[in-house]
Amino acid sequence: MTEFTKPSVEYFELWPLLVVFGVACLGVVVEAFAPRAARYVSQVVLALAGLVAAMVGVVLIARDVTTYDDGAARGILAVGGTIAVDGPSLFIWGLVLALAIGGVLLFAERHLDGGSSAFAGQASAVPGTDAETAALAARREHTEVYPLLMFAVFGMMLFPAANDLLTMFVGLEVLSLPLYLLCGLARRRRLLSQEAALKYFLLGAFSSGFFLYGAALIYGYAGSMDFALINEAVRNDVGNSSLLLIGTGLLSVGLLFKVGAVPFQAWTPDVYQGAPTPVTAFMAAGTKVAAFGALMRLFYVALGADRWSWQPMLWIIAVLSMFVGAVLAITQNDIKRLLAYSSVAHTGFILTGVLGLQASDQLAIGEITSIQAVLFYLTTYGFATLGAFAVVSLVRDAGGETTAIDRWAGLGKESPVVAAVFAFFLLAMAGIPLTSGFVGKLAVFSVALAAGAWPVVVAAVIASIIAAFLYIKVIKVMYFDEPVGDGPTVAYPSVLTATTIAVGAAVTLVLGVLPGPVLDLAAAAGEFIR
Amino acid sequence: MVAPDTGAGGVFDLLWLVIALPLLGAFLLLGVAPFLQGSLKASADRHGHLVGTAAAAASFVLSLVLFIALLGRGAEERQIGQHLWTWFETGTISVGMDLLYDQLAALFLLLITGVGSLIHVYAIGYMEHDVRRRRFFGYLNLFVAAMLTLILSANFVGLFLGWEGVGLASYLLIGFWQHKPSAAAAAKKAFVINRVGDIGLSLAIALLFATYGTTDFAGVSEHAADASQDTLTALGLLLLLGACGKSAQVPLQAWLLDAMEGPTPVSALIHAATMVTAGVYLVVRSNFIFELAPIAQTAVVVVATVTLLWGAVLGCAKDDIKKALAGSTMSQIGYMMLAAGLGPVGYPFAIFHLLTHGFFKANMFLGAGSVMHGMDDDVDMRHYGGLNKAMPVTFLTFAMGYLAIIGFPGFSGFWSKDRIIESALADNLLVGVLAMLGAGITAFYMTRLMLMTFFTEKRWAKDVHPHESPKVMTIPLMVLAALSVLGGVLLAGDWIVTWLEPVTGHAEHYEPPLPALVITLLITAVVAVGVATAWFLVGKRDVPREAPREVSFATRAARADLYGDAINDAVVVRPGASLVGGLTTFDRVGVDGAVEGGSSAVGGISTTMRRLQNGFVRSYALSVLAGALLVVLALLAVNLA
Repeated sequence: MTEFTKPSVEYFELWPLLVVFGVACLGVVVEAFAPRAARYVSQVVLALAGLVAAMVGVVLIARDVTTYDDGAARGILAVGGTIAVDGPSLFIWGLVLALAIGGVLLFAERHLDGGSSAFAGQASAVPGTDAETAALAARREHTEVYPLLMFAVFGMMLFPAANDLLTMFVGLEVLSLPLYLLCGLARRRRLLSQEAALKYFLLGAFSSGFFLYGAALIYGYAGSMDFALINEAVRNDVGNSSLLLIGTGLLSVGLLFKVGAVPFQAWTPDVYQGAPTPVTAFMAAGTKVAAFGALMRLFYVALGADRWSWQPMLWIIAVLSMFVGAVLAITQNDIKRLLAYSSVAHTGFILTGVLGLQASDQLAIGEITSIQAVLFYLTTYGFATLGAFAVVSLVRDAGGETTAIDRWAGLGKESPVVAAVFAFFLLAMAGIPLTSGFVGKLAVFSVALAAGAWPVVVAAVIASIIAAFLYIKVIKVMYFDEPVGDGPTVAYPSVLTATTIAVGAAVTLVLGVLPGPVLDLAAAAGEFIR
Repeated sequence: MVAPDTGAGGVFDLLWLVIALPLLGAFLLLGVAPFLQGSLKASADRHGHLVGTAAAAASFVLSLVLFIALLGRGAEERQIGQHLWTWFETGTISVGMDLLYDQLAALFLLLITGVGSLIHVYAIGYMEHDVRRRRFFGYLNLFVAAMLTLILSANFVGLFLGWEGVGLASYLLIGFWQHKPSAAAAAKKAFVINRVGDIGLSLAIALLFATYGTTDFAGVSEHAADASQDTLTALGLLLLLGACGKSAQVPLQAWLLDAMEGPTPVSALIHAATMVTAGVYLVVRSNFIFELAPIAQTAVVVVATVTLLWGAVLGCAKDDIKKALAGSTMSQIGYMMLAAGLGPVGYPFAIFHLLTHGFFKANMFLGAGSVMHGMDDDVDMRHYGGLNKAMPVTFLTFAMGYLAIIGFPGFSGFWSKDRIIESALADNLLVGVLAMLGAGITAFYMTRLMLMTFFTEKRWAKDVHPHESPKVMTIPLMVLAALSVLGGVLLAGDWIVTWLEPVTGHAEHYEPPLPALVITLLITAVVAVGVATAWFLVGKRDVPREAPREVSFATRAARADLYGDAINDAVVVRPGASLVGGLTTFDRVGVDGAVEGGSSAVGGISTTMRRLQNGFVRSYALSVLAGALLVVLALLAVNLA
């Protein structure tokens, strides 16, 4: 029995994590003690201040992060080696925080729906009962959504930075549990929302089970949960390799479920559709970023030496995701479901970048790395998705948001600005040149090609062309179809949603025209530390 | 070999303005005008077309100045580069927003902005009564800007940007009259088929990156020979696929005839003079690849020969005047492609025919528009007849285009087609003979069109009163007619061949199987036979107002676009649709039913829903389990194999 040593906590490097976690806890306290009238303002301000403070921390850490162990990577291992604060972690933290700020702004929007937010007045009231009516009449609202969001952000930051299997699992759960709750809190169409939350929870729990079992098997193989030690074991080829393979497979299930890859995508359309749109926007963008960060760290750091056995599996998953996502999206008649399937297709494209892993000695000097390509793609995808869902929340009729696509007919005539912005986001997702999506696709395709995965790239090009068709189909409905008689109107948002949309559109444009700085930033993030 | 001189200075520093001017026009008309209020807005709607036309015309003047400046430089110094900004750069991959102005681009610039300006002027009259005229001119400007980007880019990525841009503009303009369902359907068809071609171009670009690490014309042309033979062949074939989509070559030809749903100025500008010839430009521009990939070159020749006959046959059977002309466009682009597939011998003639075709086909399309204008937008030639008296200017200008396309000695088309057939004969006897046959069929269908429209007895509908079009429409027709007659002057002293030689490479001297004069006489004889046949079959007989039903199999096939759509349907659409259908059904029945279920739950059928709901989560979970098995099996399979 080795003696227990207290791990050192690197407070400066963990500052962003601690601030977010602290603010989340503080939010719970505010909820308990602040008078009802003051809660909305104080929670929003608190959340935004926390996120901004964490963002400042990320920038400060990134400025003086040091080279690790004389290698190509920079960063430190914190808390006894369980958390890796390195370039990719910091990049993802920054991205998640930026998306979370957008999320808070969307959560706080009260202008669209007659002065109340998108969340249920009293979530515990059974839909359709007097209790619900009373809650609505009293203009109650759940301000707990802000602490919940902050907890989820904390999870999203811990997840990709986790450097052992247990911490990764904790990150996974901390990120997921608040999201399950948030999904069920829609003000309108509450049954759909609650159904989505329950489904997400059950399936999420199921896939977490796979992850845990996989972790146990890997522990059985390597005798450690630590990524560096697992890597050591794989290199030295110790013991029973079928334990390793099955363990790898089960761990992948947990992660691929979170990113929504086929065949683990079944929940995405239901959950994206049922959840309140601000939650969908935040979740779709943030979860994917965090989960891909974790996926890369697990596969590159812990299982990098074994990549010949998992790369073909990812080939299959990537191709399946792209095709199933793109093809099924075509027949959707609900805009949120369509965006959900499109996100499944994007998962496939990002996986194309993930499987472009090459050993560092095979790369030419300065050649784009798979980490760099994936980080860049995640940035483009995150902002386009956040912006697109924010636009969805603007198009409304008497019953709330109008998500049936055929009801969007003629939107281009009635609200040219909103239609144009949405069309721009769709073109970016389609990867048309001069939008961010084009550069992102080019980056992931070229790393996959350089790693010899040309069949995946050919499939990806074909899939992206199928996908382009469906985006153009929506544009056609908005611009070419005659408006329906009592069609939806576009609600004028407050400055909160407007800012989010404007920032999303600006980032999408700038990353398409001048992607250099962000590509450089992703390159500066460098490798994972081991 | 492309090695641009980036420090030319002087007027060449203004190169970017050629693109920026029409882009600014589009921005003003589409981006600013809709947000004006009150009288400003009304004024924008009333005068917007002038802004659009001025933008195109200014771009033309600048192109002309640049061309003169280029003429003033030595033959070795005629490749001008301009670096605008670095688009993106990551280590080895660097893509700049770079422009390349050389002999080839100079000719295209003049064609696009020159013919483009004339068509803008014409459209002022043609679209006079359309309430959305301002928007129409905005789209036209957008198209011109995108087309110029395509031509002026110094790398394949920039070319792709323009390529997508013209595709988008073409989609918007085909579907411009969106109240017609046929127009919306045609726009969609054009878009989908073009995407198939785009697969080729995007894969080619990815392959260029992987092979050469760059897509600059300069870099690729310098290192072209370093790649393996297989890579070069693949590159050539992929580029050809891209070219087929944009230029409506078999097997991606089906969209062009439907695209005639767009307003006639669009058909003249995009679907005759400029955009559809982008494929020819792509092949000629990529000569450094095709020169090293003989298999791909042969494929170009085969595709081109099939298309030139295919289009000609379609042209024979169509009663819709615009569709007959569209078939003819397809066929003439086939001639250009054929020349482009012959190597350095053919490149200058491909471009030469592209230019003369731009003149005479734009002329005839605008003429057809003028006829439709006078005939209440009827496009059926069986309802025309005897229009030479009613519309003298349109008739005379159209006749110039007609004489040019059939290759009447001395007219522009005579010179360009003659040289293509001659070089084809020298290359391969069969191809040459087929090209000659195509010339005969061209003469037949064009004479048929001419006779049915302007001669034979009047078959007008009762309340139609044909009249000549206004000056704003006829003046562009006259200019284009003059160009159709005189375009051949470009070949005087082999000027165009010498001019393009630094870009397309020096041609080996070739020996046609017969003396050149004999070939010319033969072609002229074949054309005469075509004309005579049309005269006896159409001119000497009565033309029924209704298309006869009892016709031969060949006519029926040609009327049905040689079953191009049926083939597409059987090979692509139906399997694709059943795949989508199958997947959707699986998704709904197998795992997903909650789409409808979920929304009806809102109605309050919660009991039923709860029961259904359990089932669904269970089946979702089942799919997760199956996925887990798949993942583990894939891992094990790879390792045990």
